[in-house]
This record gives sequence, C-alpha cells and structure tokens, in this order.
Amino acid sequence: MRFKRFMAVLSARNLEFIRDHSALSWNIVLPVLIVFGFAFAFTTSSQNLFKVGIYDQQKQAPGVEQFLQLKHIQFIPVNSIDKSITKVERHQLDMLLDSSSGSYWINDRSANGYVLEQLLRKPGETSLTKKTVTGDAIRYVDWLIPGVLGMNIMFSSLFGVGYVIVRYRKNGVLKRLKATPLTAFEFLSAQVVSRLWLIVTVTSLVYAGTNLFVGFRMYGSYLTLLLVLVIGTFSMICLSLIIAARLSNEETANGLLNMISWPMMMLSGVWFSLEGSPQIIQQLALIFPLTHMILAARAIMIDGATLLQVSDHLLILLIMSALFMTIGARSFKWE
Amino acid sequence: MSCILQVENLVKRFGSVQAVNGVSFSIERGTCFGLLGPNGAGKTTTVEMLEGILTPSAGTIRYKGAPTNADFRKEAGIMFQETALQEFIKVGETLELFSRFYAHTRSQEELIDRCALSDFLDRDVRKLSGGQRQRLLLAIALVNDPEIVFLDEPTTGLDPQARRNFWQLVNDIKQEQKTLVLTTHYMEEAYELCDEIAIMDHGCIIAQGSPRDLLKKHFDNSVILLPASDVPESLDQHELLKLHRMNGQVEILSEDVNATIELLMAQKIPLGHLQIRSRTLEDLFLELTGRGLRS
Repeated sequence: MRFKRFMAVLSARNLEFIRDHSALSWNIVLPVLIVFGFAFAFTTSSQNLFKVGIYDQQKQAPGVEQFLQLKHIQFIPVNSIDKSITKVERHQLDMLLDSSSGSYWINDRSANGYVLEQLLRKPGETSLTKKTVTGDAIRYVDWLIPGVLGMNIMFSSLFGVGYVIVRYRKNGVLKRLKATPLTAFEFLSAQVVSRLWLIVTVTSLVYAGTNLFVGFRMYGSYLTLLLVLVIGTFSMICLSLIIAARLSNEETANGLLNMISWPMMMLSGVWFSLEGSPQIIQQLALIFPLTHMILAARAIMIDGATLLQVSDHLLILLIMSALFMTIGARSFKWE
Repeated sequence: MSCILQVENLVKRFGSVQAVNGVSFSIERGTCFGLLGPNGAGKTTTVEMLEGILTPSAGTIRYKGAPTNADFRKEAGIMFQETALQEFIKVGETLELFSRFYAHTRSQEELIDRCALSDFLDRDVRKLSGGQRQRLLLAIALVNDPEIVFLDEPTTGLDPQARRNFWQLVNDIKQEQKTLVLTTHYMEEAYELCDEIAIMDHGCIIAQGSPRDLLKKHFDNSVILLPASDVPESLDQHELLKLHRMNGQVEILSEDVNATIELLMAQKIPLGHLQIRSRTLEDLFLELTGRGLRS
C-alpha cells in the first residue's frame, strides 16, 4: 500500500464530504433535532408502564402469586439481584421482587414504586420484606441518546460509504481510478478512514453540543465511550462495503441499504428496550452491530460499565468488522 | 521506428455477443494510431482491452515486447469516452489528486499551461464547459508523463472550434514523440491526426493503413457535386457518367475532372453551383460496408 495514494483519495473524499453542505448539515442536524425533540417530549415523565423485575420466579413466597396475576404490569425475569437493584435506583425498574424470599426493592423517589408496593402488600401482610434504595431517575433522553447517535452513525456509514461507492461505480469515477496505479485496498481504506473520522468528529460534536443543554447522565468513562464509538462505527462502515462491492445500480443499492438499516433501527433497541420482548427477538437483535454498539454505550453511560465489562460487545464488533471487510474487499469490483 | 504495442487475434465476448472478433495490429512508437468506425463497431471495447480495463476473451497484447501487466498503468495515459470526476473538487485539486497516484509525474504548471487550464483552475469540475472538461481530462491523462496515450472519442460532443483547439493539443503531444491511440467516428479527425488508421466494423478490422494510402488504394476519382434541379434525369443513364442523386444533389464520380466538366458543358448543364471534392474516409467506409460512418 502506498501511503501517498491512500492520502490522496482520503483528502479528496474529505473535501467532497465537507463541501457537500446538504449532506453535512443533514448528518449534524438530524440527530440534534431528534435528541432535543425527545428531551422536551419526555422531560416530565418517563414511560408509563409499570415494570417489575422478577428474580427466581420458580418459587413464590406467600402473597406473591396474586401480585403476579395483575394486569397492565410488565414482569421482567432477571438473573442478577445486584444489577437489577441498580436499575431500580435509576428508575429503569419500578420494583425488583425476589419471588422466592419475598424481598422487594423500590426507590423511595419513585411514584410507580409506591403504587406497586400498595398493590403487592395487602394490609396485615408480614411475609414480604421491603428494602428501599434511592437515586434519581434515568430520563428517557439519557437512555435514548446512545440509540439516536447509533442510528445516525448507522445511516451515515451505510449510505455515506456504500451508496457513494455504488454511485462512483455507476457514473464512471471508479473506472477512471482503475486506470491508475491505485489499488482497491488503498481506495477502500481511504473511504473507510475518511468516513470514520468524519462520523466520530460529528457524533462527538453533536453529543457535546446537546449535552450542554440536556445534561446527559454519564456514569462511565468518556474514553471507553469513544472507543465504543470508533469500533462500532468501523464495523458499520465495513458492513456497507459488502453492499458497495459490486452493485452499480443506485436504486438496488438503496433498496438493499434500507433492507439492512430498517430492521437494525427497529430491533437494535434505538427507541425502546428489548427487555421483556420475546427471546427470539432479543437473540435476533444480537446479529446487528448496532445492537452491540448501543448496548455497550448504554452500559457505560447509564450503568457506569468499565472497558472490561463491555469487552464482549467490542470483541463481537471487531469480529464482525473483520468478517464484513474481508467479504467486501474480496468481492470488490471497480466496474 | 520500433513497435511499442502489438495486438494479435484479440477477441472480446459479452455473453453471446462478440464485440471484437480477432483483431490484429501493431503500433509504431511515436505515431498516432486511429481506430475508426461507427458506433458499436468495437473501437471502445478494443481500446479498453489495450488499456487493461477489460480482460480479453482471447488473444494477446504485448507492450514493448512483453505481455501487459499492472505496471502498464504507470506508463499509460488514458482518456475515456465518458468519465465522471469526483464531485465538489476543483480543477487544480483534481489534477493534484491524480498526480499523487504516480511516482513519476509531469510538472503541474507545465500541464496547466499545455492544456490551457489556468483560467478555471479554481472551478468545481461540475461547472466546466465541454471543451474545458476535455482539456482537463487530457491533462489527467498526461499527468504521469506517459509513453503511450489512449484517447477514446475525445472530441465527441464538442463544437467545431473546441474540436479544432483539441486537435492542436493532440498535435502538440505528437511533437513530443508520444505514441497515441485514438478512437473516433469523425473521419476528418482521423485524417487530421492519425499516421495510421484501422477501420473497424462489426468487431473486425476491414481496412488498415495510412489515411492517404488507403484513399489512394481504394479511390482514383473525385466527386463533382451539382444541384439535382440543374441536372436533367435523362443524364442518369449516360454511359460516360457515374451519377447518383441524393439529398437534392447529384454526385458524379470522375476520374478525369476536366473531361467530365467538358461533357457537362456539352450537355448545357449550368455549372454555377458546381463543387469538386476529393474522396474521404467516410466515402471509403461507405465503399467498404455500404453504410455511412454515423448511420
């Protein structure tokens, strides 16, 4: 690989992106609008549904069985008491109930927790043990920001690289480049790096800018979050290389990109949590790089997860990136 | 002169369509070789195989005596028939972009001067006129100071003045002893620029040689033109006149122009609108195929 040729394509692509004001502003304005829109729409109330985490549901202490029959309450099986307590502290769960021991946790600042306690605990009931935690609610916008930024990164990666390369192929730009000593690897690397740093820069600016007004909860490390951003973006750009490998028809490329991006947007937990959804949906969502990026980012921001705690997501993203890039590069055709 | 490019039995098939059907020729170093033919004759397919853009279905291409390889791109300059350039990039930046692809390059100042780009160096490539665009594409083709330059229909769509200006640029390149491979369907362009031409039709070469030699070989007559209204139909069957009518004109093929004019005067034909022209490559193509170059 000749660095001079790589840098030539990289700088030309950067110039093209920066001078294409409509594309640039769309990449910045859209996520800002969504974040502010949701920040204002959900400032006073979070989701209305009652959410109760149930631990060890196989055994049921006296008084629990009747509670579990109630309608309009979402009962979510949980595997870890400690993690679930953190969710109660942050109002992601309104109550945690250890079904076998009869212990339950509510947040003393949560109205939903108070209502659920009244429903669970009948007058004179003594077999249940109350434990109180405290903590401010995680607002919907705090939960949403990794999803919105992830979604924007996904669209920017898929369409900004995949669609652009297909357009280059259709109008003959690639054919002209093929006639030079530039290699496919140099060309593709430049496209990936160009879009990667642009997305990371734009996303960081959007986060920082909206954070000034909204003040997102951040319990983890910004450096770890940046690493998730870089690796997640890289994996989605690599995914777009598969679409870009051979197609020369923009309409087909558009259809395929939509076919990939829409299920990802709906199933990767951008807008709503997949907790409580059918197991098959949760498993299916794990095939998408966006899911891993959002899960890792939320774990860092909301749960204060460390690099080690999100390393499984990062490893999966790196494996996906390698796989996508290998397929995309090996099947790439200039024409 | 030595042979720089040698082509033998070149074939290109696209599915069931045979676009190029066993063409062979060689190109001398420092000459301009033209591939002439109508649209669909196989010129562009042939030249794209020479450039390394298309892989031949059969046949061999030898550059300086050896089969062409990836290094050929370092020594070749290419101007495609249709080329899109990266959008939002200025003329000077585009030239710089392509310069950085090569280890050995010509000075950009010289290219800008040679191809007269200085007036629009800071203009977005999307806002160039047809002639300006072709000059930029020529400059890009010359950026690596190539030994051989491929020009695929470089003046198609240009107005006559822009075409003439472009011919001057090509003649300047010829003066530098570069080898040129030109495809065109303008016979005037081939006649003006090429030292040797190969006329293609249906994927085959149907005639090859220098333009003058080809015309000399196939024609020993000139064409006398008169308005059809001045020539009575009774003359159509005259045994000494090879005459046919088309587009309101009468064309008379004459091996001895003086004798033919005397004959016409004897027939009291008005000669006020008489024109005489030499035979052209277009006539040659018509003669060889029965069709016009642009039909």
